[in-house]
Amino acid sequence: MATYAAPIPEISAHRVQREPRGWTSWITTTDHKRIGIMYMVTTFVFFCLGGVEALMMRLQLGTPNNSLVTPTTYNQLFTMHGTTMVFLFVVPMMAGLANYFVPLMIGARDMAFPRLNALSYWLLLAGGIVFYASIFWNPPEAGWTSVVPLANSQFSPSGGQDAWIYLAHLTGISSILGAINFYVTIANMRARGMSWGRLPLFVWTILVYSVLIIFAMPVIAAAVTMLLTDRHFGTHFFDAANGGSALLWQHLFWFFGHPEVYIMVLPGFGLISEILPVFARKPIFGYKAIAASTVAIAFLGFLTWAHHMFAAPVPEAILVFVMLSSYLIAVPTGVKVLNWVATLWRGTIEFKTPLLFCVGGIAIFMIGGLSGVFLATFPIDWQLNETYFVVAHLHFVLMGGAVLTIFAGIYYWFPKITGRMLGEGAGRLSFGLMFIGILTTFLIQHVIGLDGMPRRVYEYDNVGHLALYNGISTVGSFIIAAGVLVTIINVARSLKRGAIAGPDPWRANTLEWFTTSPPPANNFDVIPRVRSYEPMRDIRREIERRSTGSPAPGGVTVPTGATQVGA
Amino acid sequence: MGHLAPSLLAFFTPESGGSPNANQIDSLYKVTLYIALVIFVAVVGAMIYALIKFRARKGAVPAQIRGNTRLEIGWTVAAAVILVALAILTFAKLSSIENPPDSGPGGVELNGDDGLLYASAERKLPPDGKALNITVIGRQYLWQYVYPGASEPDGLGAPYSYETMVVPTNTTVSLDIVSADVVHAWWVPELGGKFQAVPGYHNYTWFKIPKPGEYHGQCAFLCGRAHARMLATVKAVPPAQFEAWLARQKILIAQANAAAHIARAKLGAQIGAGAVESP
Repeated sequence: MATYAAPIPEISAHRVQREPRGWTSWITTTDHKRIGIMYMVTTFVFFCLGGVEALMMRLQLGTPNNSLVTPTTYNQLFTMHGTTMVFLFVVPMMAGLANYFVPLMIGARDMAFPRLNALSYWLLLAGGIVFYASIFWNPPEAGWTSVVPLANSQFSPSGGQDAWIYLAHLTGISSILGAINFYVTIANMRARGMSWGRLPLFVWTILVYSVLIIFAMPVIAAAVTMLLTDRHFGTHFFDAANGGSALLWQHLFWFFGHPEVYIMVLPGFGLISEILPVFARKPIFGYKAIAASTVAIAFLGFLTWAHHMFAAPVPEAILVFVMLSSYLIAVPTGVKVLNWVATLWRGTIEFKTPLLFCVGGIAIFMIGGLSGVFLATFPIDWQLNETYFVVAHLHFVLMGGAVLTIFAGIYYWFPKITGRMLGEGAGRLSFGLMFIGILTTFLIQHVIGLDGMPRRVYEYDNVGHLALYNGISTVGSFIIAAGVLVTIINVARSLKRGAIAGPDPWRANTLEWFTTSPPPANNFDVIPRVRSYEPMRDIRREIERRSTGSPAPGGVTVPTGATQVGA
Repeated sequence: MGHLAPSLLAFFTPESGGSPNANQIDSLYKVTLYIALVIFVAVVGAMIYALIKFRARKGAVPAQIRGNTRLEIGWTVAAAVILVALAILTFAKLSSIENPPDSGPGGVELNGDDGLLYASAERKLPPDGKALNITVIGRQYLWQYVYPGASEPDGLGAPYSYETMVVPTNTTVSLDIVSADVVHAWWVPELGGKFQAVPGYHNYTWFKIPKPGEYHGQCAFLCGRAHARMLATVKAVPPAQFEAWLARQKILIAQANAAAHIARAKLGAQIGAGAVESP
């Protein structure tokens, strides 16, 4: 493994001072790489917790009229599962990957505000602990959307609902601070020559992710504050009997909730756009179109929230407007997918694990994207919303757009983070199990929903083929779990026994591969000048030219780090 | 295409057959399904083809293509055209889904605007303005249906039923959906889409059932611990049978109210009038 001898940068970064060691060095760190690792490990633990909750739900639904868990426990499980996966896994996992790699990819030595960065992480952890502490008392049970009046003090008197509110607050502040940090870092700390048109596409998506968070998160913060004061301080924001509006919650929640979908999947799209060209050994097809479509999706993402409310009592004009804006967002999304296919076209594709997770992610996301068109058509949505069809849709979107791409990122970047390669065989097995598991679990859920089974029900009667379909879905969920487990074992083994990666095992395109694996505390001693959106490729070509003495193709001379003194 | 095709298709389509609006949604869904399948097969097919055809081989050189403006504009426009076509189709179908037709000749006799309990702003009525208006009240964890025919001027005394809604065949039934506590959603799949019952708001839908039969559904919006047990049945019967059922329901409710009145009076005499809550 990793037989390819990467070109060694002419001046490799070296350690100017001894790395701090021991657990106190982790608690007090402001190094973006260590904070990134803490983010990734923490969120992966929450991913496993959320996964266990999902498996318990699938066990309960494995047979009709099952009584494995009580109705109360079941409601708590899906509330914990949804909240965990959204607030404690996907969004902060993207922040973790970005924390580690954005400074490296843009040639910076750290984030703009290192201590603020540490605060972001600790607030996230605090939010997670407050939320999970509720399992020792009463976990929340009003769903991850906490729709009022069910979530108000009359119908959800337990402190679990308040734990959910504090989680939304703490992770929200964490995300906003992190987003400001990313934005400032990307806007100000790029390597010389890295214009907006040379920004790596993953960094583009993190920039847009940050803008989305800055606009969307304050809305949920306001909404949960109103819920908190309604619950405890006698206000009536959502109380129809006292002049408030129950529908207001749905508007505020989804005004945050829909951009949140793009907060979760856009960085995944960025990962695909980084990884495909590396393994197809071909430049990304339509760099500008991909960057522009990211921005277009983000903008349109703020105009479509009410498509979550087609069944609510809203005026017809809103239904029509939101249907059209939701259709519109399918255009830039479709453009991205076609650009990825075109990137593979006429390349020389190396089937390494990161590539497998990427193309699997695209296929899975396609199913979720297309089922989204059904849901955007409001008369069709009247039949499908709040059923298992929607459960299938959102899982195809998030499994394809977020989970599989995160796994692609893990396999792609593990060598940089640890200096060792992950096992390729185990990686393929993990991908195969997860891919088949996702199809088995969620394809059939479309049919379950079409047959009339609503979501968030703890049991169903044995009518039609519901028992068989739900059984299939339950089996699939355990296949996904097996796939995840294989990756966990792979990571644990490779930490000590993986093949040594070297600085650039994939012959990749972006600057994180310019430094050693793992990078030293200061990332780079020398930061190269950037001449294109594939700086490492330029550097490799330049080294090749100098060693063979032949002119670079196209006559471009690319100075490497040796000629530049770092800022 | 043998007779296997319809049943295979039914596997992937929503429930329908109870009411024209459900049937129209089903046909709109099918068109969308065909378009989506074609797009999926084309795009994923192209990707799989590329993965097989262009896998790394000895001597293969990757083409260094960075984009193709014409192609990219082309597929952006193509995607937009497909969606515009879909939007036009949806608008064409919309009126048959949203607007109820007149009751059929075999339906129940209706007055123009009969027994509305609540002021309605956006309720859609048939062209002749006549529909059987039923108020659907969601409450944890039971559906209540209030029929027209209030015996008192303030709207009280109207016949009602729980869980099972009995309706006449061939009659346009207009539903006014409200909630007494949390958000619920009214849904009987074969009779059309679902509509939330939100406290403080009215939501409306309709159905028209041609033949006698029973249709089952359940609350489709998380409403609490027994959400899964909040069931609904719509029973369509011939108009004469419906009239008889409604009359009997009125008598039963009047009897029960009278009995409750007597019980309350007795209790009031025993423990003092102020201590008994009036309904």
